[in-house]
Amino acid sequence: MIKRIKKELVIVGGGPAGMSAAVAAYERGLRDILILERDNALGGILRQCIHNGFGLHRFGEELTGPEYAHRYIEKVLEYKIPYMLETMVTGIDKNRILTAQNCKEGIFEIEAGAIILAMGCRERPKGALNIAGTRPSGVYTAGTAQKYVNMKGYMPGKRVVILGSGDIGLIMARRMTLEGAKVECVCELMPYSGGLARNIEQCLNDFDIPLLLSHTVIEIHGKERVTGVTIAKVDENRRPIMDTARFIECDTLLLSCGLIPENELTRSAGITIDRVTNGAVVDGSRETDVKGIFACGNVLHVHDLVDYVSEEAEICACGAVDFIRGQAKGEADINIRTDGKVRYTVPRKLTEIKDTTLYFRVSDIFRDVRLTVKSADRVILSKKKQKLAPGEMETVTISADVIREIKNGEITVSLEA
Amino acid sequence: MKERNLTCIVCPKGCQIKVLFDGEGKIKEVLGYTCKRGEEYAITECTHPRRTVTTTMKTAGGIVAVKTYGTVPKEDVFKVMDEINRTRITRDVKIGDVLIEDVAGTGVKVVATSEVQ
Repeated sequence: MIKRIKKELVIVGGGPAGMSAAVAAYERGLRDILILERDNALGGILRQCIHNGFGLHRFGEELTGPEYAHRYIEKVLEYKIPYMLETMVTGIDKNRILTAQNCKEGIFEIEAGAIILAMGCRERPKGALNIAGTRPSGVYTAGTAQKYVNMKGYMPGKRVVILGSGDIGLIMARRMTLEGAKVECVCELMPYSGGLARNIEQCLNDFDIPLLLSHTVIEIHGKERVTGVTIAKVDENRRPIMDTARFIECDTLLLSCGLIPENELTRSAGITIDRVTNGAVVDGSRETDVKGIFACGNVLHVHDLVDYVSEEAEICACGAVDFIRGQAKGEADINIRTDGKVRYTVPRKLTEIKDTTLYFRVSDIFRDVRLTVKSADRVILSKKKQKLAPGEMETVTISADVIREIKNGEITVSLEA
Repeated sequence: MKERNLTCIVCPKGCQIKVLFDGEGKIKEVLGYTCKRGEEYAITECTHPRRTVTTTMKTAGGIVAVKTYGTVPKEDVFKVMDEINRTRITRDVKIGDVLIEDVAGTGVKVVATSEVQ
């Protein structure tokens, strides 16, 4: 017979989202909390993000990743919030029964009053990119290289090409350069970078590392070890223009080609996944369409800033605590649609009449547009935005009064001239 | 008139700042910043640019993450890296511990930002 325990709130993942949620739930008076973490320490991906730039919104100062994590670890310890390390959750069902395992307990089950999913995301691997060529060693995702350099003290290579200009790729360009490697270039398939402008400045421009927009790697060379890559410019349909192909000698290729929310458990619980974010469809309190299961952080949608992850985790924790205490929602039932230029919003549903902030991303770079919220073709909110870029998450707040005006249970968020 | 366009690195907003110079190369006007720190960054960047360095250090127990406690002159970044990489720490390290008092003659401390990994 498998051992089964009961917990009011179970949080899957002990990274920034999971810890922030745990701390917020505790501060709202909940005590019966358990964090489950598969790694051997709390902190999640922040443990390897040793660069600074975290926490400016939250703490008013610039922290490194481990320092940001430490602030929450200290709170978890101070509040004596229970957590289990090296513990893998292998299944969740819609009745909120989790199956987990670790070396000490073996396989066990937890009956949860509420569950917060905070599993984070993973990097898009080489296999998902269809790059031609051989399969030598020396091809890493940027995050794997980051773990080697920052946590193990190993250098993965000396001459580096980076494919993808997401923030991790940019950060690793600087990191590898500081440790003595030569970064030949960063290739970006799109005509704009997916990373923050400041990272292009301080990670590439500071070291004269070229950022080649509308470029991709079309072939990897080398038998045992990478000996080089062929890169080429791409046309507007992102097809390589073959007569622009050129060979770049290198021993390492780092891939920074997007992050994928890690939602296997979410799917196992039968939760509806948003096809744009690859995270759960949630309402304002971050509750999924399976009652009592909530989600926050990068498992819900990929964030640029951990500060926003903490903010979202707190909203989520409040929702979970309210659920555990039997507080009913449902005074509203509003679907949020987007026009494609606005790719998605989180939340995607409104079930409460209260001031709600929508987080969204856009599909391209837009200048001098109006972010518009419409209900039955009537504009209920319109905000001027000077510049919107796909790499930067934006917000718009809809007040309770505006939510009351919504007709037909639907609004559309769009960009207008 | 000479001008220089900068991307502010103070916060994730990444404001585009324009610095205008007079005939003698002195800063005449700073445009486009949206906070005080941004204005200061632009002036420093055009006079004596500085950067925070974050890296790792070897200790007896393993690797520890470190940062310069404040910024160092940009041209000294590799000197700072060099000294950090040559230094070995033999004692236990906690977050916030000062591991180098004055790195590469910059007058800036190096402090631990993580536990030993």
